[in-house]
Amino acid sequence: MCLGIPGQIVEIADAETLMGVVDVSGVRRKVNLACVVGEGGPDGLVGEWVLVHVGFAMSRIDPAEAAETLRALEQLGEAMEEIEKIRAAEEMLGEAAP
Amino acid sequence: MKYADEFRDPVKAKAVLAAIERAVAETGATPQEPLRVMEICGGHTHAIFRYGLDKLTPAAIEFVHGPGCPVCVLPMTRVDECLEIAERPEVIFTTFGDAMRVPGTRGSLMQAKARGADIRMVYSPLDALELARRIPEREVVFFGLGFETTMPSTALTVQQAAREGRTNFSLFCNHILVPPPIRALLDDPDMRLDGFVGPGHVSMVIGTAPYDFIARDYGKPLVVAGFEPLDLLQSVLMVVRQIAEGRAEVENQYARVVPSGGNPAALAAVEAVFEPRDAFEWRGLGEIDKSGVRMREAYAAFDAEAKFGVGYGAARRNSRDADLPELAGCRCGEVVKGMVKPWACPKFGTACTPETPLGALMVSSEGACAAYHLYAGVRARAVDAESERAVS
Repeated sequence: MCLGIPGQIVEIADAETLMGVVDVSGVRRKVNLACVVGEGGPDGLVGEWVLVHVGFAMSRIDPAEAAETLRALEQLGEAMEEIEKIRAAEEMLGEAAP
Repeated sequence: MKYADEFRDPVKAKAVLAAIERAVAETGATPQEPLRVMEICGGHTHAIFRYGLDKLTPAAIEFVHGPGCPVCVLPMTRVDECLEIAERPEVIFTTFGDAMRVPGTRGSLMQAKARGADIRMVYSPLDALELARRIPEREVVFFGLGFETTMPSTALTVQQAAREGRTNFSLFCNHILVPPPIRALLDDPDMRLDGFVGPGHVSMVIGTAPYDFIARDYGKPLVVAGFEPLDLLQSVLMVVRQIAEGRAEVENQYARVVPSGGNPAALAAVEAVFEPRDAFEWRGLGEIDKSGVRMREAYAAFDAEAKFGVGYGAARRNSRDADLPELAGCRCGEVVKGMVKPWACPKFGTACTPETPLGALMVSSEGACAAYHLYAGVRARAVDAESERAVS
């Protein structure tokens, strides 16, 4: 339940609502950056690695640790599970009327 | 890779295990009178079994599995209340997948969905809010479940909904807190615990100060731990060393992710949206003072309890799950407290399996029963069932 999966911030989608896009093992997903944005604002976050929990970036982490955490999650069978949840949610929203 | 070397190296693991062995010997603990170390977090329980750390560590350490699995401690009556909301025709009920199979007295959300209720699994509360934007004629309710790790996400989502002036989005708040049940367990005269492995991602939000009472008032060590096998082994070593040296402190093994002060932005959102309830019921533990939160008056428009007149204290509740006929013969309560191991329960692995769970501890992969069933069940039952049943 408290699982965090590493992702890399690849763009800022909306600076006002602090939404960005992270890449989690090749899957892209919008996440909220409110908990990791510093005084410099969200723009400086592009390229940073963060621990993502239920669609929120919760902590900045270094790239080496991100790689290792991903590997551990893969071994636990939890990385695919998490990515599958992200995909399923996108699909569910895609079917909802705009 | 730096971290691969640091956290996976079997030579390092061996060195840590040897150090644990020496430290345990200094405490005088024996396999008959082991040190009882509680890992609070369900993620740690899962990792301990996945990596077989319980087998690698000395027999003079017993891992006691804590209540840190939110779906495992969710009372059946709260699931009933979810169904009450979800079965309303105007409602789209959204939830994390983990909660779908948790049984209530009238069945699970999965069963309600099969009967026609509009229940959808989401990855994030943000997905629920997005659904509310896309389908404005329906009421979208998000089932807010989880500890301090998850609370900022629902708080920030509610704040965003408020900024947008959304009127068809609400939160069914069932968030619970880690420190109060630990105090309750420490106050329980039937429990003997020697130290704690503290939760990693809860602490990333709240920091380490909320655990100070465990060391100060109860004289027990706690070490906040990461989720890698070597993280857990190092944390166990730190706990055992404290015991061997007669210290009781809060230490942080997971400092690379957990700042001692927690995450100020996350805490500010939580503080703005939530306030403590007088008490909240935990499956197996009963009601615990100030252990859950509800939404503040300022966000009442987004509170599903207020919106639908359903909620904690409103529905008839049994004070203990043991009173409910569905759980007759189950020992979920004692397992969730760490008083008995899952295999001491007569339903474990027979009537209650991950495919047909009777209790929530068998539903979640973080629940002690599911972890035992997956990774340790057969071994454990064969070796220990007799002795465990004899003493319990």
